[in-house]
Amino acid sequence: MVGYIWAFLIGIGIIYSLISGNISVINESILTNANEALDLIFNLLPIIVLWTGILKIAENSGLLAKFANLLNPILCKLFPDVPKNNKALGYISSNIAANMLGLGSAATPAGLKAMNELQKINPQKDTASPPMITFLILNTAGVTIIPTTILALRVAYKSSSPSEIILPAIIATTISSIAGLTLDYFIRRRNKKWK
Amino acid sequence: MEIISKIILPIFIIIIVFYGVKKKINVYDTFLEGAKEGLITTFNIFPAVIAMIFAINIFLDSNVLTFFIKLLHPLIGNISLPLEIIPMAILRPISGTASLAIMNEIFMNFGPDSFIGRLASVLQGCTDTTIYVIALYFGSIKITKIRHALWGGLFADLCGIIAAIILTNLFF
Repeated sequence: MVGYIWAFLIGIGIIYSLISGNISVINESILTNANEALDLIFNLLPIIVLWTGILKIAENSGLLAKFANLLNPILCKLFPDVPKNNKALGYISSNIAANMLGLGSAATPAGLKAMNELQKINPQKDTASPPMITFLILNTAGVTIIPTTILALRVAYKSSSPSEIILPAIIATTISSIAGLTLDYFIRRRNKKWK
Repeated sequence: MEIISKIILPIFIIIIVFYGVKKKINVYDTFLEGAKEGLITTFNIFPAVIAMIFAINIFLDSNVLTFFIKLLHPLIGNISLPLEIIPMAILRPISGTASLAIMNEIFMNFGPDSFIGRLASVLQGCTDTTIYVIALYFGSIKITKIRHALWGGLFADLCGIIAAIILTNLFF
């Protein structure tokens, strides 16, 4: 999927600039692109390293687990089909907690384990179960409290107030999560009626 | 409102560090351990960043976008949205690196404190790579019939994008 889009962007860009006689711009762009990528990585590096260091403390001290526990009661309500002491709920809450703090690398393993546990209680192994869909909608709505990469780039480009976007981003992400979950709720209810 | 945005980060850090000290873990060594992991992660994403910056820049520098927008003009009319945000909104659910590359481009051309710079920041922060996550998570347990997971996720993203546009107008 990403491969096709990547090829599409390059293909359409080069073909269009050949047609429009703009090819010297593209030539220059190709030669300078890699440097720009290196600048981007160097801009991101310091804050990502700092934040993963801080979050490691949260992880090893058990704060992340405690934070995940706080989310548990809310999650029980969102996943009525999952038994209350099922392992999946624990993994789901660690996944969401890690995502919220911008700890993507810790979120993915927990998310995959959650899917694994949900698959164990899934009656149709090739079809997504309702809890899986709810989990993915919640996960992809991307509830992030600390958007580290964005902050890093804003600092690098000398924003006068790098963190001013945190609150609007949190509100926007909350709105998209609620919208996704509401849609999911109504689809689930409609499907139940049909049965 | 602005003060809330500004105190979130310091509050998190003081809570995390204080809790670590209270639980008697070696906060300094733990920090170094995590920072090292972050260093490795960042270098691991470097090839993807090069790949995406390369493709996105060829696409943007060719001006083909203005051509597309002209084609679409009769359909969408005069929406007062900066052009550069459209490919970002389209690519955001597919690849986090691609939208990051566009955000970088926007910051470079317009600055992070411009309207489009702020909009790009809120947009990047409020949604996730829906299509990628769905492919990865369902692929890992071999589920082929994903029912409404994809368009449910994309619907949430769309709401996020609309919310981002409205909130950026309200806040700044």
